[in-house]
Amino acid sequence: MSLTLLLVQGLNGLQLGILLFLIAAGLTLVFGVMDFINLAHGVQYMVGAYLAAFLAAQTGSFWAALALALPAALVVGLVLEFLVFRHLYDRDHMAQVLATFGVILILNDGIKALFGSAPLQVPMPEALTGGFPIMDGLLYPHYRLAIIAGGLATAALLWWLVERTKAGMLIRAGATNAPMVAALGIDIRRLFMVVFGFGAMLAGFAGVMAAPILSVEPGMGDNLLILAFVVIVIGGIGSVRGAFIAALLVGTVETLGRSMMPDLMRLFLDPSAARQVGAALASMLIYIAMAAILAFRPAGLFPVRAA
Amino acid sequence: MRAMGRELPALLLLGGLAAAPFIGFGEGYMLTLLARMMILAMAAVSLSFIVAGAGLVSLGHAAMLGFGAYAVVILDDLQVVDALFVLPAAILAAAGFALLTGAVAIRTSGVNFIMITLAFGQMAFFTASSLSGYGGDDGYTLYARTEVNGARLLDDRLVFHFVCLGALVFTWLLCRMLLASRFGRVLRAVRGNPMRAQALGFSPYPYRLTAYVIAGALGGAAGFLFANATEFVAPAYISWQRSGELLFMVILGGLSGLHGALLGAIGFVLLEEWLSHQWEHWRILFGVLLILAVLFLPGGLSGIPAQVGRMLRRD
Repeated sequence: MSLTLLLVQGLNGLQLGILLFLIAAGLTLVFGVMDFINLAHGVQYMVGAYLAAFLAAQTGSFWAALALALPAALVVGLVLEFLVFRHLYDRDHMAQVLATFGVILILNDGIKALFGSAPLQVPMPEALTGGFPIMDGLLYPHYRLAIIAGGLATAALLWWLVERTKAGMLIRAGATNAPMVAALGIDIRRLFMVVFGFGAMLAGFAGVMAAPILSVEPGMGDNLLILAFVVIVIGGIGSVRGAFIAALLVGTVETLGRSMMPDLMRLFLDPSAARQVGAALASMLIYIAMAAILAFRPAGLFPVRAA
Repeated sequence: MRAMGRELPALLLLGGLAAAPFIGFGEGYMLTLLARMMILAMAAVSLSFIVAGAGLVSLGHAAMLGFGAYAVVILDDLQVVDALFVLPAAILAAAGFALLTGAVAIRTSGVNFIMITLAFGQMAFFTASSLSGYGGDDGYTLYARTEVNGARLLDDRLVFHFVCLGALVFTWLLCRMLLASRFGRVLRAVRGNPMRAQALGFSPYPYRLTAYVIAGALGGAAGFLFANATEFVAPAYISWQRSGELLFMVILGGLSGLHGALLGAIGFVLLEEWLSHQWEHWRILFGVLLILAVLFLPGGLSGIPAQVGRMLRRD
C-alpha cells in the first residue's frame, strides 16, 4: 500500500462522498422538514443520469445536456410531488415507504421500457478528458477532480442557502418544529414543494455528474439510496452539515475499505481467505459504523430535533 | 361466535390453501407457486407479529429467512440432511442472530430501528455473498431435499404442500396466541405508550427482545422451508429488497390483525404472478397498483370490508 495509491483512493473516496452528499442533502431535508421517507429519491438520481444520456445524445454536448437536465429533473420531482407525494404527508411512515417503493418500480421499469436494460455510455466533456499527474506515469482524471470541485461548490451554495437566507431559515425552522412554522403563518405546503423540487434537482445533478464515469443502467439508484440513508442516519436526520460530514466519512470508509481490507486481512489469514473475508468486511464497514453510532448516539452525530 | 367471525377471513384463506390441490390446482407448477405463497405468508405473519403487535418495523426480516436457509446449506454440505437436526439448527441460527442484533437494535426506535435492522440485514447479505465455499453470489444448489427421520418425505409434492400449510397454520396460531396472552398485551401497551407501560412496572426491553427473537425463529423455520422448496439458496434471498417485499405484504394486507399478513402475502404473490404474464414491464402496473392501494385503502386489503361498510352507511 503505497502513499500514491492511498492518495488516489482517498480522492476516489472523496468523489463518492460528494455524490452521496448531493443525494443525501435532498433526502435529509425532505425527511427532516416533512418527516417524509422518500425511497424514490434514489431513482431521481437515476432519472438525472438518463436525462444526461438522452440529452447528450440529442445535443451532442455534455454541457448542454447538463444545463437542460437540471430543470428537467426539477420538473420530474415536482410532477411526482404533485401526483403522489403530496397526498402522503399526513400518512404514517409505512404508507410512505410502500407508495414510494411503488414509484421506484414504475420508474425503474419505465426506464427499462424506454431505453432498454443495457447500460448507456455518456461521453466525457471534451475539456475534461485529460488527467492530472500525481506522479510519473500516473494520471488522476480531470473529470473526477471536476466532480469533487462541483460538489464542493454546490455544498457551499447549499450552506449559504440554508444558513444565510430567509428560505433557509424557514427550512431549518421546519426541520425543528413544522407545526409551529405553519402556525406562524408560513405556507408550509409550498415550502415542502420547494424543498422537494430542490432535493430532486440535487439528486438529478449527482446523476448527471456520475453518468460519464459510471454505467447508466436501470436500478442504478437503488444501492446508492441505501448508502444515502446510512449517511443521513449517521449525520442526524434533517442536518445538512451532518449529511456533508457523514457523506465524506461513508465515501472514504467505503472506498478505502474496499482497497485496503483484503491486504489488512492478509496479516491474519491465508491469501484466498483474506480476499473473501476482506471483501465481505469492506462491504460491511459502513453498516457496522452506522450500527455502532446508532447504538451510542441514537439520534445521529448532529441531531436537529430535540429528543 | 364474534371471535369466530373475526377469525373467519384467516380460516377461509387457510381452508382455501388446504383445498387448493384438490380443486384443480394440483399440478406441479401450481403447487410450486402455492408453496412459495405459504412460505412467504409464514414469514409475513411472523413479521406482522412484531410490526403490528410490538411496533417494531423491521427492514431486515429476510435475514432471518437467510439464516434458516443457509443453515440448511451448510449442513447439506456437511451431509447432515435429516430434518431432526436441520430444522432445529435453522431455527436456532435465526433466533441467535435475532437475539444478538435485536439486543442492539431495540435500544433505538422509530425510523432508526428501521435503519439499524436494514444495516444488520445488509451485513448478513454481504456475509452470505462472501461464502465462496457455498457458491458466493451465485448461490448453492442442494443435493436433495431434507429427509425426515431417514425418509424422503418432503420429495412428494403433496406432502410438501401440507408440511408448508402445517407450518403456516402453526405460525399463525402461535402468533395469535401470543398476541392474545398477557405477553401480547404488554407488547401492545409498550407500543402505545412506553412511558406509561414503564410506570405500570413493565420494562419494555425484555418483552420487545423476546418478541423479536420469536419472530426471528419463525423466520428461520420459513427459511428452512424456502431452501427446501427451491432446493437452491442464494444471497439474493437476503437482499434488502426482499425484506422490503415482506414488509409490503404486511402493510398491503393491513395491520388490523394477523389475517392481514396472510392476505397480503397471498395477494402479493398472485398479483406478481398474474401481472408478470401480462406484460414484460409489469412492474410499472404493479407500482401503480401499490400507490393506488396506499392512497385509497388506508386499512390495507383486509380493511376493505370495513371501508365499504362505512361508505354505504354514509350514503
